[in-house]
This record gives sequence, C-alpha cells and structure tokens, in this order.
Amino acid sequence: MNPFLPYPVRIDSVITETEDRNLKTFTLVFINAEDEKKFVYVAGQFAMLSIAGLGEIPIGIASSPTEKGFLKFTVNKVGKVTTGLHDMKAGEIMGVRGPMGNSYPWDLLEGRNVVIIGGGFAFTTLRSSIVYMIDPQNRPKFGRIDVVYGARTPGMLLYKDELAQWEKRSDINMHITVDDTNDPDWKYNVGFVPTVTRQKAPDAENAYAIICGPPIMIKFTLPVLSELGFPPDRIVSSLEMCMKCGIGFCGRCNIGTQYVCRDGPVFTLAQLAGLPVEY
Amino acid sequence: MHSYTERIREAAKRVLLEKRVDGVIGFRKGTVPFMNEPFLALSPQQADLLVWDGNCAMNLANYLPKRTDRVAVTAKGCDSRSIVIHLLENQIRREQLYVLGIPCQGMTDKRKLADRLNGKGILGVEERGDELRVYGRGFEYSFERGEFLQENCAVCEHKNPVLYDELLGEPVAEQQVDRYEEIRKIESMPPDRKRLFFEDLVRPCIRCYACRNACPACFCPTCFVDEKKPQWVGKTIDPTDTRTFHFLRAFHMAGRCTDCGSCERACPVGIRVRLFTRKLEKEIKELYGYEAGVILDERPPLEAFRPEDPEPFLDG
Amino acid sequence: MPDICIAKENFPELIERLMGRYRVYAPVERGRYYEFAQIGKAAEADLSFSNTLLSPKGLFHPQAERMFEYSLARDDPDAGIVKEAQKEFAPRLILGIRPCDARAFDLDDANFDTETLKDPWWIRRRDATTMIGLACDSPCSTCFCTSMGSGPYDTAGLDVLLADIGEGYAAEVLSEKGKAALEDVCGSSAAGACLQVAEKKGAAEQSIAAAFDPVAISKIGMLDLYNSPMWEEVQFACINCGACTFLCPTCWCFDIQDEVYADRGDRLRLWDSCMFPLFTLHGSGHNPRSIKTQRVRQRFMHKLKYYQDRYNRGPACVGCGRCVQACPVNIDIRQVGLKMASTVSSCSA
Repeated sequence: MNPFLPYPVRIDSVITETEDRNLKTFTLVFINAEDEKKFVYVAGQFAMLSIAGLGEIPIGIASSPTEKGFLKFTVNKVGKVTTGLHDMKAGEIMGVRGPMGNSYPWDLLEGRNVVIIGGGFAFTTLRSSIVYMIDPQNRPKFGRIDVVYGARTPGMLLYKDELAQWEKRSDINMHITVDDTNDPDWKYNVGFVPTVTRQKAPDAENAYAIICGPPIMIKFTLPVLSELGFPPDRIVSSLEMCMKCGIGFCGRCNIGTQYVCRDGPVFTLAQLAGLPVEY
Repeated sequence: MHSYTERIREAAKRVLLEKRVDGVIGFRKGTVPFMNEPFLALSPQQADLLVWDGNCAMNLANYLPKRTDRVAVTAKGCDSRSIVIHLLENQIRREQLYVLGIPCQGMTDKRKLADRLNGKGILGVEERGDELRVYGRGFEYSFERGEFLQENCAVCEHKNPVLYDELLGEPVAEQQVDRYEEIRKIESMPPDRKRLFFEDLVRPCIRCYACRNACPACFCPTCFVDEKKPQWVGKTIDPTDTRTFHFLRAFHMAGRCTDCGSCERACPVGIRVRLFTRKLEKEIKELYGYEAGVILDERPPLEAFRPEDPEPFLDG
Repeated sequence: MPDICIAKENFPELIERLMGRYRVYAPVERGRYYEFAQIGKAAEADLSFSNTLLSPKGLFHPQAERMFEYSLARDDPDAGIVKEAQKEFAPRLILGIRPCDARAFDLDDANFDTETLKDPWWIRRRDATTMIGLACDSPCSTCFCTSMGSGPYDTAGLDVLLADIGEGYAAEVLSEKGKAALEDVCGSSAAGACLQVAEKKGAAEQSIAAAFDPVAISKIGMLDLYNSPMWEEVQFACINCGACTFLCPTCWCFDIQDEVYADRGDRLRLWDSCMFPLFTLHGSGHNPRSIKTQRVRQRFMHKLKYYQDRYNRGPACVGCGRCVQACPVNIDIRQVGLKMASTVSSCSA
C-alpha cells in the first residue's frame, strides 16, 4: 500500500462554523467502501487532506471513530490549499491520506479523570475525543470529564450546537467561555481560558489534562495546570508543525529526534521537556 | 597582499577596542585550499584570526542587510559598490558601518587552476606577491597569479573602493577594458544557436540557489522563486523553470550588480551565470550611462525616473 | 577478501555483458567533473575518477519525481482522483560507486524503509539495483570516511567491491545480487591478490586524516549540544543555500508539490533543504526556524546527533567530503563536528 496515495472521497457537506467565515467543517465520505474499512483511526490523529492540483494539508480529524460512514475535518483558511478547499462544494471530489500521528494516550486515560482544554480552532481533535469518550460504550472507562473551551467571541466557537447539547449532559462538565462579548443572551463564561481553567478545573488527583490551542493560550494555561497539581507527565498536548509527507519521510517536522507527524503530534510535557524548544 | 592581513588585524583591533563597532566582518583562514571563511570578529583576540589573500572573493556586503549592530567590514572595490547599493536601498544605515577599504589586486580562480593541473588534487596554495605556489601529492608548481584571476577580476574597472572609512593600502592602478566582448559574441548568435547556448549553459543547475544567496543584492524576504500565491516558477529542475530563475534573477540585478563574481564562485557546478548579469549590466550602461554603486547618491536607473530616460519601446 | 580477479583488458567486455542484463550506471566525465549516468557503451564508463560532484543519491531519490497524476478535466468522472504514475523498475547496476556513497544508502534506508511505513519508490529502486563498488586508493584531502565508520575499502551497502590491483580488479562478492552480477565473468583466482589488497586498504586508510569522533557526540546530551554557544559562531558565514544538502548522499529531505498543466496535473516530490528559510514555515506565518542559527544548527544536529540517537547506527554522514568542497563559504563539517564533540555535558544529561 502506497502511504503517499490518498483515498478518494466526496464532500458530503460543508458548514461554515465561525462568524468570520474562515473556518469550515467538511464532512467527507469514502468513494470506495473498502477504503473506509482501511481507515481505522483513534481520536487525536490527523490526516492529510488532498486536493488534486493544489496540494495537501495536515488537519486533525474532528470526527470520532465512533461515528461511522464519514470523516469530519474543520479547516482554517490560511493559504493556497485551504483557500482552494474553502471554495469547494458538496459533491466535489478530493482525497484523504491517513490516519497519521500517535493519538491521545487512551490506554493511559482509562480509569482517570480527564480535563480537556481547548482554544480557538485547535478544538477539532478535542471534539473527536469528547464524542469518543461520551459514547455509551466508552463512557464507563473514564472518570470525571471536564472541558474548558474558549474562543474570542461566541461567533468564533466551533460546533456550537454540539457544545450546547453537551452542556446539558450530566456525564460531562462543560465550561464554555469567550474572551469577551456584548451578547446579552450569552449564557456561559466570559474570561480567558487560563482563568476559567483555574476557576473550574477539578483536582489534579488521578487526572490527565489534554490541552490544545494557540501558543499564547498554552503559554498561560500551563502554569495554571502546574498550580493545580498536574505533573508534566499528565499534561498532554498536540503540536502543530509544517508537514508535507505526514509519515516521517520528508524530514521537515522534526523536533530533535522526534517527528511530529510520526512520534507525535501528541506529546506530554515531560516528553517536550527533553526536546529542543523548536516549535 | 599579505600586508593587508596585518593592517586588517590592526584596524579591527583598534575599532573594537575603541568600541566604534560591535564586530568586524572579514575572513578567517579556510580549511581547504582556495577558501577563506567569512568571519565576524567580536573581540581583539578574534581579530587576530582575520586574514587577507586572493581567496577573499566572497562579497562581504552580503552579510549587511537588516543588521541591527554596528560593524566594520573589509571591502574591495566591488564590495564597496554593493555597500553603496545597500545604502541607497535602505538595507543598512551608514552610521552602522565602518568600511575598511581594500584596493584589490584580484582574486584567484580555483577552477582555472584545477583545469591547468588537469584535475590533480591540490593540497595547498601559497601566495608570495605575484607568485602562486600550488602543491599536491608529489608535485609543486609555481605560477603567475595574474594568469589565474577570477574572470570578473580580469575585467574589473573598479578595483579601488568607492566608499570607505579607512583605506588600508595605496590605491591600485585601474584599467579600462572591454567588459562585453563575450556578451556581444552571444548577442550576435542566431536565435536557435543562442537558445542552445543558454540551454547548455544552465543545464547542470541543481537549483541550490548558492548564486542567489551569495549575492549581496539578493535580499528579498521572499524570493520570486519561493512565492506560492501565485507560484511564478516551478521548483523542479525542469529546464524552462531553471532558465526562468536565471533570466529573471539577472533582470533583478540590472543596475544593481557590481560583478563581484560571488555567484559564479559559489556555484557548486560552475555555471557561468555572469554571462546573464553582464548582459543586463551592458544594457543599463548603454541605455542610462550608469554603473552600479559608483556614485554614492545616484540611484539605480530602474529605481528612478528622469524625463530624458530613453524609451526605445515607445519609439515605434 | 577478494574472490576473483578480473583483468582490466576483459573489463569492457564484462561491462558490455552487464549492459545486456542491467541498465548500467557508471561515472561519466562531464568536463570538469564526473557524474553517474546511464552508459550506452562500455567506453563511456571512466573509473579513473575520484568521486562524482553530485552524489549518486539521485539514482534512488530523484531530484524531481512524479509520484502521482490526476485529471482535472471538467467532464471526467475521475477528475480530482489521484493515481499512481506508472513507472518501471528494471534491473540496474551502479558500477564504480565509492564505498562511502554505498554506505550512505544503507543509512538512508533507516528513513525510507521502516517497520511500519515504507517508501514504495525508494524500496523498489533499491531492490532493483545492484552496486559494484570501487575501493579508493587516492582519497581526497577532504575525505574523512574513516572517522564516520566507513572507509576507502568499506563494504557496507555494496554487492561487490572492486580493488584496483594494477593489471586488474580484485573483486569481493558480498551478496547474492553481487554473485548474480558476476556469475559468468571470466576471471582468475584471487588467492594471490589478498595480501596486496590488504596492504592497499591499509595504506588508503592511513592516508585519511582523522576528523572528529561521532561516538563522543552520541554521548553528549542532546540539549547540551543544542544549547551550546558554539552555533552563533558556526552560523555566521552560512548563506543558507542548498549546496551542502543537495550534494550530500545522506540528506533526503523533500517537498511535495502539485503542478498543473491545463486539464491534468502531477503530484511531485522534489529535493528540499533544511537550509532554506521557508522549509519549516507554517501556513499561519509562524516559523520555528526563522533565524539562520536555528537552521544551521538543525543540519549538524540532525546528521551528527539526532540520527545517531534515533537509529543507533552511527551518524548520518559518511565522510565523503562533498559539502566541504562545495560550501561557498567554507563551513566545514569536520570543524563543526570537532566543536560538537568537545561540548561539555551538563550533569543532568
């Protein structure tokens, strides 16, 4: 099997997620049924989205492996390929290559409390994780689940409908926040993610923290997690890196000895402490 | 030539001790024959590593754009003209620079020597005045340095620096030569033969961009070959893309290239890219009577407009 | 130990016969330098070379390779579907490759041929290729293979090693592929040549100056090397061109690009270089190696430290010396290696 060859997929639907229209969620369906059987993934992994004529981009898988029949990706419009993707419509053909990367450490998370902290559009693989965890088959494996998710404004939150549904559930504690808003109907928190984390996050005892977000959010949230008592080997993050092959051949995405696409993108803080700060 | 070494070290130590500059950009002795390494001396002790000989060919003005510190820099004629272009194009401020001017007696062309020795491995080379001593396993030859000057040095008309804070030697005699004899020969080729000539010339190119990166006048944050939106040039070694790179780069050099020869010297496969840059140099000279960086406040013609500028393309 | 001696006068015939069974690549003179090219006649092969300017890595990892193709025609139901470009991998033989270069491909295998993922084109080219190497009797002053775990008579990665013994070549068969290549060769016993070859090997190895010790580098902590103040000085001269990386047989980094021609397109892979500023540029504009020092450090750390730590088979450098010869500003990996090897390890390493 050629690991550079994408599976052909069809765009099933396109949803604009954010008020600035820069983030869209694409639901993709495999054109060949047997390809879907080969694409066995775990929450936290990513895939290369391929558009013939433009190129490929590494995007976290937003759908959960518990959701059958399709894949979901939420893509930010930043460059040549993502702009081309944003111009595409339901029914058009593109490609998916993967799954890639090492996923969140689900074996270590079993029996633990999980605190998920996400910011902005880094929330995609966290959606995959949440849907996976609250699936009836999986929910019993985990203890308490807390989610802190923040965006600049209400309009910039991803998966708004799902957030509202999860908020109503009793088996998951949602702490949705925005930096600021003057929306009088805003029901949730107002405040930066680090602040809300400090206020709402539970005890670090028997808990893992998964954190994904823009560098500035991570920079200010990590000290909070330390304060709360999370040791570096129980703080998990997913890194972003410029990637081309996504499978550890092209040499581009290394941090020291580790390829972010192959040995990562998920690393614990303890692992990162042993690597050069070059990301 | 070697007296320059002493004078450079003395001047470097002095300006460092006087704190006129934060560092001195020069060369230190290379690890292989015919090579010296561009070096930033940050202390008087490091200044003792500076050397000068016929292998100080790379244009040190290449290390100036966007610097925020104050530096002294050794500059031959061509280098000093590149510095003038940098000043005109706002890549560095005059107050940041302390130019150690070097009246230049020409740089040595290692390829010409390798040709003469029929590929025999050269282990070392020594300069003694006008004599070049070359030795290898089981041989030692003595040559006249003047026979093995870099091609650009052989036709150089600006050996003396045009800009300096200190001149480290007596000015050398300038020459007047026909710089464009070979260019005219190529110009007069019939189109098909010319096309084949250029195809052959550029065929070995591996798109390493050593020529572009060695050039002081190439300092664009994103070079046109690296642009993605839109992508102007393909990145493979497709001959059309490769020729596009070389031709367009030469056009970007028009009126800015001082023929320092760094591009040809840097090229690992020995492409004579100066044939392109000198063609543009000739055009600029003929159309505008301009030579890059010779007059300190004269802007290159493609960056300035005068009502009397020739416009042959409008004359029908 | 050599197995068979082949007289030089019989060599052209051997080459012709090999050309009947393989596509033969050999060193070909191109003016001032040599390159490995497919030969049409035995006489084109010139084994009097020292080494080629460009390494033969292009034979396994072409500078530009069409991986896939696709239609973009409006009415084509297959438009947008990426398909593998048809290629053939006919048997090839590389004649006269130097031991350093052959070892380099073994080192590159660590990247392209892993347990879980394999690069299909690299693998197929490697499988289809037999390498008959030529030992070095006159190493260049820039060679330092012996310090990198290789040597002028190194057999790593080769199927046959030839040693020039004057009137002929003493050939050591090293693999089944090598045996198959020489199966019908007219040769004589090599018993008498053993001592001569051993002496020449010793003399060649002696003639190469020691450079630096990669084992010492492997013992120093990664972060100690990374944070060393040595890089500020090393990086100054570098002009961030791709000369070193493109000529190096153990540099494999590549880019993947789509090129479109009206109603069809190709997905290509092409050589890229960690030296180029845009190599690690994110779509967001963030660049973890935006400063030249970071890029220069990356190259040497990767080749001399990260690769060692990751694969435990020595450095990603065979001491061929091409980068030393080609660097326009004389950045010398031997000097950098020495500095790295003498970096002081902190207690916590």
